[in-house]
Amino acid sequence: MSIKTPLGRVLGLGSAKDGTDHWWSQRVTAVSNLLLGLWFAFAMIQMPGFEYLDVMRFLAAPWNGVLMSLLCASLAYHSYLGVQVVLEDYVHTPAVKVTALMASRFAHLVIAFASIYAILRIGLDS
Amino acid sequence: MAEFRLPPNSRIKKGKHFAAANGSSNVKQFAVYRYDPDSKDNPRVDTYEIDMDSCGPMVLDALIKIKNEIDPTLTFRRSCREGICGSCAMNIDGGNTLACLKSVDEVRGDVKIYPLPHMPVVKDLVPDLTNFYAQYASIKPWLQTRTPPPPDRERLQSKADQELIDEPSACILCACCSTSCPSYWWNSDRYLGPAALLASYRWLVDSRDEATGERLDDLEDPFRLYRCHTIMNCTQTCPKGLNPAKAIAETKKMMAERRH
Repeated sequence: MSIKTPLGRVLGLGSAKDGTDHWWSQRVTAVSNLLLGLWFAFAMIQMPGFEYLDVMRFLAAPWNGVLMSLLCASLAYHSYLGVQVVLEDYVHTPAVKVTALMASRFAHLVIAFASIYAILRIGLDS
Repeated sequence: MAEFRLPPNSRIKKGKHFAAANGSSNVKQFAVYRYDPDSKDNPRVDTYEIDMDSCGPMVLDALIKIKNEIDPTLTFRRSCREGICGSCAMNIDGGNTLACLKSVDEVRGDVKIYPLPHMPVVKDLVPDLTNFYAQYASIKPWLQTRTPPPPDRERLQSKADQELIDEPSACILCACCSTSCPSYWWNSDRYLGPAALLASYRWLVDSRDEATGERLDDLEDPFRLYRCHTIMNCTQTCPKGLNPAKAIAETKKMMAERRH
């Protein structure tokens, strides 16, 4: 129990002078998700089939590989930013919050790098 | 960790029922949240039957009638009874509003009346607004300048300048918006909430104020400002028809503008 004035509590540790990059990055990745998502939907409609070889041939085409990698990166980054906000909103136990934020960052990096690595392998092997 | 139910001593129980006098023709039932900190009892919901033929049209009229004629222990704040003091803000029929501006006719079925959500309750319909007022104080709601005022006249402002602050300065600090915001419910210790941010915006766009940069510096924080997730309950619920969500969006745009 500590006695602080209400204003002292509100002022707390002061402003972090941060948050605008996060907010802006959410918007930027939302737009890139939309554009890349449209490309992806269009490409899926054009697919001749969804057999193993069809998909491999699709991913091996250079522009498809580039755009697919960008889509994975953009989705993972956007999702990371969103999950971070959810955790900060709802998790209030400091140790759990720090662990969850770290785990989320690791998980998103693993997903992004694994996806891009797989696409590169398909593109560079052929 | 996560708690999905209220603590046992906060769960709401069924309270007393006060029936209308025999022969009442136009009866409306009011279900009112009651909590007395001096007793060890849980909060309860008392129900009062009111003959609307002998009662004013607004919810506040009914509350005053209950307190005067049926149950003097009922506690609530009220003052102006015309929507300018902000005292009688409460949750009526599931939405935050001013009891004096809410017509009983608008409510279908029983009129359910609770204190503003997610605030500590002092007694019955009176919430503890200490933190809310401190948040308002924290945004320095006064004119800050470096240029001394002209010696012979007031600080000048164009008509267009004044129009920018007309709406945000019409806020009466009733706390309906902040206490309707889920983000404020979960993080009111760090998120300033729509009322304080609307008040801040009022000074950000004041053409006479010279502390815009410092004001933005103070707000630029993942919690103070950016806990707003554009849920828009604030704008939906504002009994004065103001738009705190837009003021917050404009503030975020100012943050982006000074970087790019």
